[in-house]
Amino acid sequence: MLHTINKSPYTKNSLDTCLRMAKEGSAILLIEDGVYAALTGSEITSTVETAMKKHTFYALSADLEARGIQDRVIDGIKVVDYAGFVDLAAENSGVQSWL
Amino acid sequence: MADEMDEMMEGGEIKKLMYMTRTAPYGTVYALEALEVVLIGAAFEQDVCMVFADDGLFQLKKGQNTEATGMKNFSPTYRALEMYDVEKLYVEKESMDARGMTEDDFIVDVEVKTSDELTSMMEDMDIVLNF
Repeated sequence: MLHTINKSPYTKNSLDTCLRMAKEGSAILLIEDGVYAALTGSEITSTVETAMKKHTFYALSADLEARGIQDRVIDGIKVVDYAGFVDLAAENSGVQSWL
Repeated sequence: MADEMDEMMEGGEIKKLMYMTRTAPYGTVYALEALEVVLIGAAFEQDVCMVFADDGLFQLKKGQNTEATGMKNFSPTYRALEMYDVEKLYVEKESMDARGMTEDDFIVDVEVKTSDELTSMMEDMDIVLNF
């Protein structure tokens, strides 16, 4: 399943809840303010790095660029464009949008 | 808030006014609205400061490029605040450290303040407006 996170990890617990419930091997795509979870050197970084052992993480390039953080993404998070978002939605059995 | 604005406009006394902004720039409209209020409020010539706490400091991140999202990049507008005599821009240290940000990440010159320092500054204000 593809999980999308569109809220900042500092203001909402969407990412935490997603990580608690997502089946191992899920795809997790960070979009909109959710891309702030991709920041390296932050207090969230270790949470994401630990979760990356179980899940594949993606972040939407347009939202990273809008926020000026495209050069600060944790190693191993795959950056995708809108077409890549569509591919992920098509490849996975379903999409869970954590709001 | 309307009462506070009326109060500000009455008489010639200069009030100390703090704008506290705590939201990231594009996920919601709060950040842009706060910026517009600050620019409009500058016409009242009060003693103004702005505090960027929590995700609010992401508004000042250098290198924003919104082209692919089709949204307006309003970050250059923060550079205009100085021309409106809004020169006191503060970033909360605790928020900055938590997000792995440093002073060099910001599009404008800011003063980094600890939450303790902001506590006493807030106490000293006539009005604090939150966004």
